Amino acid sequence: MLAFPSTRLSHDKRVASFRWSRMEKRVFFRATWLPWVLLAPQLLIVAVFFFWPAGQALVQSLQQQDAFGSSVSWVGLDNFRALWNDSTYLASFQTTVVFSTLVAVLGLGCALLLAVFADRVVKGATLYKTILILPYAVAPVVSGLLWSFMFSTSIGVISWALHRLGFDWNHLLNGDHAMALVVMASVWKQISYNFLFFLAGLNAIPKSLIEAAAMDGAHPWRRFWTIQLPLLAPTTFFLLVINMVYAFFDTFAIIDSTTQGGPGKATSTLVYRVYFDGFRAMDYGGSAAQSVILMVIVIALTVVQFRYIEKKVHY
Amino acid sequence: MKLRLATAAMAALLTVSAQAATEIQWWHSMDGALNDWVNDLAKDFNASQSEFKVIPTYKGEYDQSMAAGIAAYRANNAPDILQVFEVGTATMMYSKGAVKPVAEVMKEGGAKFDPKAYIPAVSGYYTAPNGQMMSLPFNSSTTVFYYNKDAFKAAGLNPDKAPTTWPEVVSAAAKLKIAGSTCPFTTSWMTWAQLESFSTWHNTSYASKFNGFGGLDARLEFNSPLHVRHFENLANMAKQGLFVYKGRASKSQASFMSGECAMFVGSSGSYAGIKRDAKFQFAESTLPYYPDVPGAPQNTIIGGASLWVMAGKPTDHYKGVAKFFEYLSSPQVQAASHQRTGYLPITMAAFELTEKSGFYKKNPGTDVAVNQMIRKTTDKSRGVRLGNFVQIRQIVDEETEQIWIGKKTAKEALDTAVQRGNELLAKFQAANK
Repeated sequence: MLAFPSTRLSHDKRVASFRWSRMEKRVFFRATWLPWVLLAPQLLIVAVFFFWPAGQALVQSLQQQDAFGSSVSWVGLDNFRALWNDSTYLASFQTTVVFSTLVAVLGLGCALLLAVFADRVVKGATLYKTILILPYAVAPVVSGLLWSFMFSTSIGVISWALHRLGFDWNHLLNGDHAMALVVMASVWKQISYNFLFFLAGLNAIPKSLIEAAAMDGAHPWRRFWTIQLPLLAPTTFFLLVINMVYAFFDTFAIIDSTTQGGPGKATSTLVYRVYFDGFRAMDYGGSAAQSVILMVIVIALTVVQFRYIEKKVHY
Repeated sequence: MKLRLATAAMAALLTVSAQAATEIQWWHSMDGALNDWVNDLAKDFNASQSEFKVIPTYKGEYDQSMAAGIAAYRANNAPDILQVFEVGTATMMYSKGAVKPVAEVMKEGGAKFDPKAYIPAVSGYYTAPNGQMMSLPFNSSTTVFYYNKDAFKAAGLNPDKAPTTWPEVVSAAAKLKIAGSTCPFTTSWMTWAQLESFSTWHNTSYASKFNGFGGLDARLEFNSPLHVRHFENLANMAKQGLFVYKGRASKSQASFMSGECAMFVGSSGSYAGIKRDAKFQFAESTLPYYPDVPGAPQNTIIGGASLWVMAGKPTDHYKGVAKFFEYLSSPQVQAASHQRTGYLPITMAAFELTEKSGFYKKNPGTDVAVNQMIRKTTDKSRGVRLGNFVQIRQIVDEETEQIWIGKKTAKEALDTAVQRGNELLAKFQAANK
């Protein structure tokens, strides 16, 4: 970025002038078009894959149209009003909060546990790591199918075992069971990703620190609690954001292949409704309005996370 | 020189395209053994003439291929023929200018086409209010009753006599339960089987305006006393462990095939699959009904799909489509398809041809579905044609699940489903004005 400074001062003087003059804190480019050209590829990608669809969603949320797009009419905020009056839509906010919190907390917790153990393993460490990373290669739909097979009320292995133990598993009618099922499938799918980052984070902690603590008589739990966990804070924060986004956006395929949002609306999260109304039911206006709301929520969440939680994170 | 080369190339191209067969793109949702069936149909047609070549492409399940077809239409890249499931009929029919009515295609293509040749309950489903047939019925099934003969024998019931009324189903279920059955009765397709088909079978309105056939301002009516009575009956059965809910769509079929559930309401199209995989004796029978309801049993409702012709294609494509549809409609092809897949025969001629061949005698029970369908339909039993139907079916699943949990009474659940569904119908009406 310093390649085209506006002044022809020598390097040292320029640095000095940056440091000392308030006016000169910024680097100036003689040609104003150049930074734009350099940024263009990135901006283009962001524009095409984010701003364009987001803008489309915004426009469609104010329209009502038939499936073929042959009759389009502007309806103002009607789509939003319909959502506001739909008690099941409001209920799905609560469902989403429960679901996302469970997925993020359990996903991070399990992955951290596995990473700490994998970090301590000496023999066959690569094998463990490879196996733990495998679920990441499984498509969400397949993950959902695997779990719904295992817990199927008529043919499932685990539901059969639970039944033998006197526990009557029935996610077809019990909302809590259904929620547990989609959370398990979603967490399982995301654990590898979290695991990788935690493992890398643990590897980055200097061994000398931990050895010093060990020599001072700190047992493993204390070493984890006072050294490893605080030093993992940046990683944890990053993963928290990623997992929230994952739970909010990427889990509709899992829900679709396990519970279809049921029983009732027990597992119908916001994003699942966007998917169902838009892609299955072809109600584009309603679906677009929902995705606009979802977009606002996630932007707000991210802002909150970066403004308040990040302040507590020490890099 | 360059110009001359170009002209030569053009001429060469033109002769090639004049000789090559016109390609007709056909998007469908038939997988597994049904995919082979569709491919064979295209192969046989292509071999029968050289002017056109039908190219079938599997585009995923029903809702996926429909979404794909609509997306392709929006991008000016639609196939010539699109297979759409019955639930999408209203969406296709009310689309402005996106589809070309089949009756028009056949007439312009100079093909033989007699809408009266079709079984009324089938053709009525796809006919516009002005009497014009909009799409070609292709694969149709209906809801039927299956039962496990071995389980009936074990419970001391007569395995050769299926319960024909709901009171008989309840008493059979009670006997099965005493004999140790953990799931005496279950059903698939809660909406299609227990509300749509239930309504037409009892000649009772599912929605106003002749179930939506009379216009876009139709509203749901499936919270009538009869419907409530039926769901109260099912709720009581569920409480006593006589009816066990086994999931949405056709998920419960696995429970019948595994022998867990003894009685089952499902699609007639499942016959071949059950026959292949079930390790017990079973039989197919007509849907149960309430004997005190006047007019019952009437006819059941179809499921399955029809073939829609997309608008905006060159004339020669339509000629090819007309030829292909003429081929598909011939009694021989229809009868062979019916016997091969278990779908309904669709035309009367195909039914008679199959009967004459002795097929029903060799495969008892396969004519149940046909007999439920080949009746004169009434305004209340012709079918259901509603917009946002995919969502409405979803709502019914959600609300009726509350009955089996015990959170809502049958009346509360059906009332809410009607109210939520009607909001969607109003929305569809506004969007398709």
